[in-house]
Amino acid sequence: MADTPIDRLARITPPSVARRARGLSDTAIAWVFVTPTILLLLAINIFPLIWTIRLSFTNYAANKPNAEVKWVGLRNYERILTDPDIWQTMQATAHFLVWTLVLQVVLGFALAWAINRKFRGNDLMTTLIVLPMMLSPAVVGNFWTFLYEPQIGLFNYMVEFVSGVPASSFSMLSSVALAPWAIVIVDTWMWTPFVMLICLAGLRSIPDYIYEAAEVDRASKWRQFWTMTIPMALPFLMLAVLFRGIENFKMFDLVVQLTGGGPGSTTLLTSIELKREAFEKWRTGYSSAYAVILFVTIFGLASIYVKALNKVKER
Amino acid sequence: MSAASVTEPSARAKGIAGFLVLLYTVITLIPLLWIIATGFKTGPDSISYPPKVVFSPSLEGYVNLFTDRTRATPEQLSAMQPPTNFVDAIVQRRGEVITQPSKFGARFLNSVIIGFGSTFLSVFLGTLAAYAFSRFRVPLKDDLLFFILSTRMMPPIAVAIPIFLMFRNLGLSDTHLGMILLYTGVNISLAVWLLKGFIDEIPREYEEAALIDGYTRFQAFRKVVLPQAATGIASTAIFCLIFAWNEYAFAFLLTSGTAQTAPPFIPTIFGVGGKDWPAVAAGATLFLLPVMIFTILLRKHLLRGITFGAVRK
Repeated sequence: MADTPIDRLARITPPSVARRARGLSDTAIAWVFVTPTILLLLAINIFPLIWTIRLSFTNYAANKPNAEVKWVGLRNYERILTDPDIWQTMQATAHFLVWTLVLQVVLGFALAWAINRKFRGNDLMTTLIVLPMMLSPAVVGNFWTFLYEPQIGLFNYMVEFVSGVPASSFSMLSSVALAPWAIVIVDTWMWTPFVMLICLAGLRSIPDYIYEAAEVDRASKWRQFWTMTIPMALPFLMLAVLFRGIENFKMFDLVVQLTGGGPGSTTLLTSIELKREAFEKWRTGYSSAYAVILFVTIFGLASIYVKALNKVKER
Repeated sequence: MSAASVTEPSARAKGIAGFLVLLYTVITLIPLLWIIATGFKTGPDSISYPPKVVFSPSLEGYVNLFTDRTRATPEQLSAMQPPTNFVDAIVQRRGEVITQPSKFGARFLNSVIIGFGSTFLSVFLGTLAAYAFSRFRVPLKDDLLFFILSTRMMPPIAVAIPIFLMFRNLGLSDTHLGMILLYTGVNISLAVWLLKGFIDEIPREYEEAALIDGYTRFQAFRKVVLPQAATGIASTAIFCLIFAWNEYAFAFLLTSGTAQTAPPFIPTIFGVGGKDWPAVAAGATLFLLPVMIFTILLRKHLLRGITFGAVRK
């Protein structure tokens, strides 16, 4: 055992003196460092959550703060779950969710696959492709309504240029048939780079020697892709789907700017419906129950999904 | 066949891949280029059909963005002095007079104050908490981290209901302080999580050596850990800033005047008698440009930030 002067000094110093000499103890430092964050999280996250749950059992209306607040038990929940309109909202959300995920996974993976061919300038192009997803969805969404203008919009003009369909003959945002696709297109434009970046990390994590071994075994490129590339990139792909899924389930800013939920209720996603109930009709109790249902749904689905993701990772 | 040629794609594969990616890059940038271009168009140019790709640039959009105007009567126009600067010249040519400066400057400044204020606070508190989580045994640590993540699953509108009531009771509605605290509360989970990842990567031996040299734990944190974590702290700060900068739902519901940020304001820009797209585009350009620059600066740490530190490359 080494017996340096420091060791000797450490042995003869009483623990209490040593602690004082070092200033605050580690435990004290830990608490001083963590407490402000915990307080802030309690104030901005936990407390509102508890308040929402409490409100969801009442008939409170925020625009009538002096009205008597009645305890209504589970009636808000009952009304939401038996309301036929909510299924329309869920359907609009599901359409948006499924199609954005499918398109972004296909496009994002294809782009990552191509960028991973390491052609000249791939770094620069990756940076440029990523730009849309970093920008303010509200500001960009607002500008897309200009691109979608039937008479003057660039989008309609390009459709006419490519397909010959007259630009003034269709309106992406005010047609019942097209509006659900209009929001899918803008979301895909904005968020495909997100899936691409994660897939690219996945593809780059596959070591070269695996492909070298496969070449020795004379496995075809096609077989290599399906039996090696896809399974090894799958956890990354699933992670991308998890993030996009959660984000698009709560989608608000982009779509509220594009269509505001219309025409009719064709693009009325859950968050937009929630905003109408809470801040236009001022049914605070009812919308709190709605918020709780949404949170439980997202949380439940995400938990199941994360379990599946962990299983894939372990393979 | 050499080993290198197995994993190195052929020149033809590279060429095809490069062409397809270039095609996508061009298409995906068109809306952004169109925003920038529209900002420099005159009103008639911006709504001409077919859309004008080549046009003579004008600062009309930017002038309109920063001013409120009204249509002038012929008598007013004939009584007016000849314009002495380009702003007056542009406005007079359209038969309008400036009534007052627009609110855009104030809204933009609000975005700067709230963005930087909340970023500073989240990174300051986040660094302390992340260090504690990384180095000490904090009871319930794992639960806390999972909790931090799960707060992100709540739709912002759902959180906005109780926050709206809370702010109303505390007198924080439509104040800078309220928005700074709110954005800090939302961002702090991201900040702690990302910073913990960065601090985990700094070897503990550095601090232990400093402790043996007689530094206190706090000195070791300040003089050894902080400089090592500087890059991580900087990129976390940019992520927090971009979030606060882009945030729309809370700003839309909780601010209306004094503390309103640019995202809820820009879509409400109207000219004299209708939507003024060049002015909207000019506002959008000024608002989006800083984020584009930050994105390019941040490209190495991008993946980590957007995936909450789940993918570190």
